[in-house]
Amino acid sequence: MNASRRRALQALASAGLASLLPLRASGAAGARVVVVGGGFAGATAAKYLRLWDPGVSVTLVEANREFVSCPVSNRVIAGTMSLRDITRNYDGLTAHGVRVTHDTATDIDPVKRVVKLGRGESLGYDRLILAPGIDFLYDRLPGLESAAARAQVPHAWKAGDQTMDLRKRIFALRPGGVFAMHVPKAPYRCPPGPYERATMVAFALQRANPRAKVLVFDANPDVVAKRDQFRAVWESRYKGMIEYLPSAELAAVDAAAQTLKLEAYGAVKADVLNIIPPQAAGPLARRSGLVGAGGRWCEVDFLSYESKVAPGVHVIGDAVGAAPGMPKSGHMANQHGKVCAAAVLALLNGQPVNDEPIIINTCYSFVGEREVIHVTSVHRYDREKKTMVTVPGASGVSPQPNAEEGYLALAWAFNILNDTFG
Amino acid sequence: MRMRGWWVWFGGTLLVAADAQAQEDLKARGWAAACAACHGTNGRSEGGMPSIAGRRADELYQILIAFKQDRKQATVMQQHAKGYSDEQLRRIAEAWARLTAGGAK
Repeated sequence: MNASRRRALQALASAGLASLLPLRASGAAGARVVVVGGGFAGATAAKYLRLWDPGVSVTLVEANREFVSCPVSNRVIAGTMSLRDITRNYDGLTAHGVRVTHDTATDIDPVKRVVKLGRGESLGYDRLILAPGIDFLYDRLPGLESAAARAQVPHAWKAGDQTMDLRKRIFALRPGGVFAMHVPKAPYRCPPGPYERATMVAFALQRANPRAKVLVFDANPDVVAKRDQFRAVWESRYKGMIEYLPSAELAAVDAAAQTLKLEAYGAVKADVLNIIPPQAAGPLARRSGLVGAGGRWCEVDFLSYESKVAPGVHVIGDAVGAAPGMPKSGHMANQHGKVCAAAVLALLNGQPVNDEPIIINTCYSFVGEREVIHVTSVHRYDREKKTMVTVPGASGVSPQPNAEEGYLALAWAFNILNDTFG
Repeated sequence: MRMRGWWVWFGGTLLVAADAQAQEDLKARGWAAACAACHGTNGRSEGGMPSIAGRRADELYQILIAFKQDRKQATVMQQHAKGYSDEQLRRIAEAWARLTAGGAK
């Protein structure tokens, strides 16, 4: 859409005459939206932009040809599911009319409104949506500076090859061996994920290697999510196998010796190490100066997910500095994508942005082959606080692990993957 | 004269009403989109969670209110439904019915 047309439409809209326009010839017709990052947040935004306004031109920039879901990937590590089950391609988005280009965004010019891609292409935009996910802060982990050292200590916190690497190591653990993991200080992607992982590794080892140990060193003072549920399961089903060690600040790692050096617990040698590194918004967001105080997460207006520092640039998903009580999860990312898509269309059309967004989080954690515990929450925009708040009385957990929800957890995974990529 | 004035007023009201109906409740469309993560895009679930597509607004509203008031058993919906006012639930039900009227899409 050219500038004069946009100005004309804005003038029409402000004069209250926009409703005189034919329905399809909206202000967004021909407008260019570029989405960078094809995970739960970015793919959802791209798809819903096109669902809600087929006149808008949407380009998705994503380096990978396939997406592997982090949700449910702990089941893959435990050997109860295949990586293929949680892998999707981008054909569904193409069918919705999204132009998908497998490239890497290297630079943003928010003044000229251009994104530069690694292979030389430049994409102009009217609105830019960044869904850059997370980056790992290895510089905060002495001993893991080199790629060679990192290769000996998988994170498996971005699903794919790392997931399979960790699975192989766990099933190759010597009889009675020690699996040790480290959980970074919150906030990090998927608050209950580390505890689900510890539980599912214990589940796998209980069958394959019953004398093995699972040590969970947590930089946090207590289990960050579903605390009572996880602690109860560890006590009732994995007693003597899982040992939970809180307030375990990681001082250094010796990758070759598979040894953790912990401020509170000294040196601990394991047979298999899994370190979930401290995290920050993806590199493009940090390089482009979109992160707020602390240099880690992007601050946004929760009505539109527009960056507080770069007009016309929206940030969604795990890279967002979350409001209180809002977890970094795939489900939340899907919800960010929809609120952002609607707001971007409203802004392109010169219409008011929804001033009362309400979004939901549903999160299932497996604690055995079939059984699951869930946590839910509903988040609404608070006009006075100008942020999202958790609606009181609308949060809840499973009373106990149960198989009915195990079935629903897998249905959740397939449904949200379809809602995002299908 | 008096009669004519009445007809002008009545006709104008009809036009306004028709316009309001034609204008989609975009706020409710946004709220309803949250449901699609579990219940499928356009309310068509792959399994597990029921499909919402093609149901009447009053039927959907009664189900949501029953969840909110703990009159209908659920694993998570009794928690989600409490996050919305009755009025918001009514508009969400209407948005779904409008989106999937006749089971199309």
